[in-house]
Amino acid sequence: MSYIAKPKVSHPNMARNKLGLTVRDYEGSVSTLCAGCGHDSITAAIIQAVYELGLEPHTLAKMSGIGCSSKTPAYFVSQSHGFNSVHGRMASVTTGANAANRQLNYIGVSGDGDSLSIGMGQFAHAIRRNVDMCYIIENNGVYGLTKGQYSASADIGSVAKKAAPNQLAPIDPVSTAISLGATYIARSFSGDKEQLVPLIQGALTHKGFALVDVISPCVTFNDNEGSTKSYAHTRKHFNRVMDADYIEPSEEIVVAYQEGEAMPVHLHDGSKIIFRKLNKDYDATSRAAAFSFLRDSINRGEIITGMLFLDEDGHDMHSDRNTVDAPLAQLAYEDLKPSESILAELMNRYR
Amino acid sequence: MSRINDVVIKIATVNGTGSSSANGLLAKAIFRMGIPVVGKNYFPSNIQGLPTWYEIRVTADGYEARKDHVDLMIAMNAQTYEEDMNEVAADGWLIYDSTWPRSRLLDREDITVFGVPLSRMCNEHFDTARARILMKNIAYVGVVAALLDIDLEVIKTLLQETFASKSHLVDSNLEAIRLGFDYAKENFVCPLPVRVAKMDKTAGKIMIDGNTAAGLGCVYAGATVGAWYPITPSTSLMDAYKAFCEQYRITKDGKKKFCIIQSEDELAAIGAVLGASWNGARAFTPTSGPGISLMNEFIGFAYYAEIPAVIFDVQRVGPSTGMPTRTQQCDLTTCAYASHGDTKHVLLFPSNPEECFYMAPMAFDLADRLQTPVMVLSDLDIGMNDWMCPDLKWDKDYKPDKGKVLTAEDLEGMEKFYRYLDVDGDGIPYRTLPGVHPKGSYFTRGSGHTKFGTYTEDPKQYQEVLDRLLKKWHTARTLVPEADIEYSKFNNEAILSLGSCDGAVKEALDILKKKNIGLNYCRVKAFPFTDAIREFIDKHDRIYVVEQNRDAQLRTLLMLDIDIEAAKLISMLHYNGLPISADFVVERLLEEIVKGRAA
Repeated sequence: MSYIAKPKVSHPNMARNKLGLTVRDYEGSVSTLCAGCGHDSITAAIIQAVYELGLEPHTLAKMSGIGCSSKTPAYFVSQSHGFNSVHGRMASVTTGANAANRQLNYIGVSGDGDSLSIGMGQFAHAIRRNVDMCYIIENNGVYGLTKGQYSASADIGSVAKKAAPNQLAPIDPVSTAISLGATYIARSFSGDKEQLVPLIQGALTHKGFALVDVISPCVTFNDNEGSTKSYAHTRKHFNRVMDADYIEPSEEIVVAYQEGEAMPVHLHDGSKIIFRKLNKDYDATSRAAAFSFLRDSINRGEIITGMLFLDEDGHDMHSDRNTVDAPLAQLAYEDLKPSESILAELMNRYR
Repeated sequence: MSRINDVVIKIATVNGTGSSSANGLLAKAIFRMGIPVVGKNYFPSNIQGLPTWYEIRVTADGYEARKDHVDLMIAMNAQTYEEDMNEVAADGWLIYDSTWPRSRLLDREDITVFGVPLSRMCNEHFDTARARILMKNIAYVGVVAALLDIDLEVIKTLLQETFASKSHLVDSNLEAIRLGFDYAKENFVCPLPVRVAKMDKTAGKIMIDGNTAAGLGCVYAGATVGAWYPITPSTSLMDAYKAFCEQYRITKDGKKKFCIIQSEDELAAIGAVLGASWNGARAFTPTSGPGISLMNEFIGFAYYAEIPAVIFDVQRVGPSTGMPTRTQQCDLTTCAYASHGDTKHVLLFPSNPEECFYMAPMAFDLADRLQTPVMVLSDLDIGMNDWMCPDLKWDKDYKPDKGKVLTAEDLEGMEKFYRYLDVDGDGIPYRTLPGVHPKGSYFTRGSGHTKFGTYTEDPKQYQEVLDRLLKKWHTARTLVPEADIEYSKFNNEAILSLGSCDGAVKEALDILKKKNIGLNYCRVKAFPFTDAIREFIDKHDRIYVVEQNRDAQLRTLLMLDIDIEAAKLISMLHYNGLPISADFVVERLLEEIVKGRAA
């Protein structure tokens, strides 16, 4: 139950990050999801990612909507503010929160129902506005809390427990994000922490809208043979387009790579993300190529994971609008009100 | 019949022909002569082609409401000519464009009709099609100036101010004024028995619409985030906020100290407001009835999770799409109890643009103090029409009341912070802002929660929070602005009203006083209702509740919120989409008084 706090057991020899915090300091309350849920693996990856990044817990803002996925912000970084909003509306709340305070690190956790059905509009428009946030979709193709209805990301022919095969075309968040202009687009699998952690770190560090779509099998309603989002199916059809290593801006780059096998990409804050190219032809900096590659792989029935598109142009909602650098919420009132004499002068306009 | 500074002029034109600037010029010229004036625009939900009207009431007594009759009609729209002619009061006047013949059937014996060849004159004097159409409007201003004795110098000054950067337009506009003015002088007996004459009743006064005033109020209140979806009649509120910010909220190096988000819909607009308010910014959204319907889920969330939010609902005619460009007070109950579950919300009721300005900072202060949504219920009549108001003033000592927000220092000294404890016994908990201090963290949720902020489905713990919210509601009752209460003398009957009805009610009270009918008056300014409102009602046997909707929503709220006995509240309902008039109130009151005395 999420209201049961997790006991903090910290081993004296546990590793500590640059802030001197252990991974325990980034945990949350006990998960109430089903045992084996892919979402819990993603929670663990998030904890690992922010611990390694050494983010001050209270500078992280955890945003979510409604659904199994949206419950998870209670399960990580309990020293961060969380905002568990209404169904499909996490994106607008984060947009407003970011408008008011551009200095926090926003991590939004959503699901395929929350983002691709009820919240499709808000998902799309947060991308258009280039809200500086890490947007994670815990994608299982099914509604868990209402017990097993297909979601908009269920593949044609997918068979949920006790249901006829799905006949509707799926909405693919990654293709959608590419077409809408997102500047950081990645996909991973909840069972692949090695790939997922650096992708989340890159997304948190990227300036602008960063999407991480994570295939996360639902063990209760959608982990049977007919489902294309089951553990078995995902593992079988898994195709890593490239791996990523995240490197802190303050640290030396220690990962050696050879030309043609790895590609370092500079993130806005000076850090780097390095892609080990498993697929040598893949070019993550071309939107058109990424889209075409993705369509081909969908036709082949493959789930392409990795860093699919990246554009480090350094823009976001605030830079596009030329807002002041300081958070708007922290500006002093004296700095915001026109003087009394301005008002007197203004009155002449209305005579 | 001779009257000075007491006349109603109505101008019937076609939407999209550029008449609004001419009509504004006419109203402003009278205002500049020191004469109080009321301007009302009755426009269609259309860009071009449908009929539109502008009504100017010249009122030496400075009344705010419209009148139910017309003295002088300027009938420029052939499509509505017959209807417009029939609206003129007996012994009134009508001006029409006599360039083309008019059917003899379209005539009235009891009014004076002035034919002015406006199109012909303008076709002869102006070259382009555009100028010919636009100047026809300016030419009728000239005709009216001659007929009513409006000072041409005042008009000239206004044109010079308007076209300060385009002096050639001053000349062409003045030429058009002259065309109409001279034609009237040569062909009609000028001035008419109803005319205007200079006064000194507009000193220290302005003509402003409520949306502009509210937008300016948001700037002075320190609002930095505005999220909205365009909807008539609220759009000009955000336009005004933006324009003022671009003037007063830009740093020396050109950076903006504000952020406006034009959202994809009203659901997102209110979501953004909640996100920004949660982060400590003053954030608001302007909308109208359909927007409120869409925002309902989030409004309930903000009530339960206790997040400040300011919503301006510039009401228009419902139900559904209704008549988007007509006025009503039809969102009272939907706003008071917006959203599912047990929710109720603080509402403010401005009665004119001046109050829209002052109620903006008040709304933010209340929202921050009470940590809850506050809705300012204006309407199309207040929001989009120019009203004469005293100059807006700002208290230089004003400091925003940000409510109970803990600082990093506060948190540092605390052992542990819990979000929903009633520490002070007023039902208002303390809150923290993200990013301030690790000890301040809590989980904001719309799901069942305990006073510690943790998830719960426990009956007692759930109910404890819900009961504390009710306590907060009673605190709200003591913080909202007091009603305007006028005891003319002790009477057992009184009028109770709100918002834009105020002008019509006050004028009606004056008219009734002349008939030796004295009534007390209470104009409520906020929901929940204060104790003074209950006392006022208790002192009377009958309360006439005047409001602009079909279902007596204000009356319903009085019954629901402070248990007023239904039989005591007699409704006077005006809901055809036009602003209410004093004539309506007087007529209905006389009916009721006769009924009451007979009973």
